[in-house]
Amino acid sequence: MKSIIALLLVFVSMGVNAAIDAYEFKDDANRERFQQLTTELRCPKCQNQNLADSNSPIATDLRREVYRMVEAGQQDEEITDFMVSRYGEFVLYRPKVNESTWILWYGPFVLLAVGAVVILLITRKRKRTNNTPDDSLNENEKTRLARLLNKGNVK
Amino acid sequence: MGINMRRFFLFIPLIIFLVIGALFWQGLKLNPTDLPSALIDKPVPDFSLPALQDDARAITQDDLKGEPALLNVWATWCPTCKQEHAQLNKIAREENVVIYGINYKDERAAATEWLRRYRNPYVLNVFDKDGTLGLDLGVYGAPETYVLDAQGVIRYKHVGAVNEKVWAELRKILQQVSADSQG
Repeated sequence: MKSIIALLLVFVSMGVNAAIDAYEFKDDANRERFQQLTTELRCPKCQNQNLADSNSPIATDLRREVYRMVEAGQQDEEITDFMVSRYGEFVLYRPKVNESTWILWYGPFVLLAVGAVVILLITRKRKRTNNTPDDSLNENEKTRLARLLNKGNVK
Repeated sequence: MGINMRRFFLFIPLIIFLVIGALFWQGLKLNPTDLPSALIDKPVPDFSLPALQDDARAITQDDLKGEPALLNVWATWCPTCKQEHAQLNKIAREENVVIYGINYKDERAAATEWLRRYRNPYVLNVFDKDGTLGLDLGVYGAPETYVLDAQGVIRYKHVGAVNEKVWAELRKILQQVSADSQG
């Protein structure tokens, strides 16, 4: 019984640790938007973490800003624009579609198409060569083969 | 399909390898913490904050105009700021460069004591206790040093300590900025 209580206490304390900062939201929609935005915005200091995961002071500040703007009823776009105007496109884990990022967005599909074309060409070629199997030898080859076989026999 | 064409196809993987290899090689030399500032060629954002040494005096973006200058973001909690402080003193005293300071998310008493102890290279110091100006400037870690032109427009941003080598670079940019505003 004691061990069960101890185990329960461990789980309870885990839940407490997970909450970095406690924000009260007006409604669940705001809470969801906040979570969505902080996972999609990158921490400028600790570069491979998003705002939601990072414990750095700058991430805490930026989370507070996102919270403030979400609660003030600002659109997602306004909030990401706010961040981009200060920290650059870099902070977006989901980059905007423009001339400098189209290779990111469409590059994989182009590669996929290229791969499909290559596979198509190869299989077509293979089919063509398979349809006309030509493994018979011509006169020259026959005499050459005979010569080679004879050589082997001499030895 | 000619034999030359077929031979060429054999080299395609090698060509791809060389291209990717060259790109990766370039990538090795890049510094991933070097972020292009979003504020280059934009004016210092509007602000009104107290001076570090005089709470009653409000400093605004207009106080940073007049001549090309350095704008240095620092704090007493930042070890790299201590490292660069001697260099800033040298720049201010020996080369008469105007350096504005932003005391970023710091304690007033500690900052004043720091300037008294290590000498003060700054013409003026903005006391940005909550980091609001820092946020508008896109500061993500002290120290950061900006080059401003006479109109208070940000022309360059350096993240990290200002040492002899960085100063050589900043000096060039500062001279360029001065030449631009005179010409």
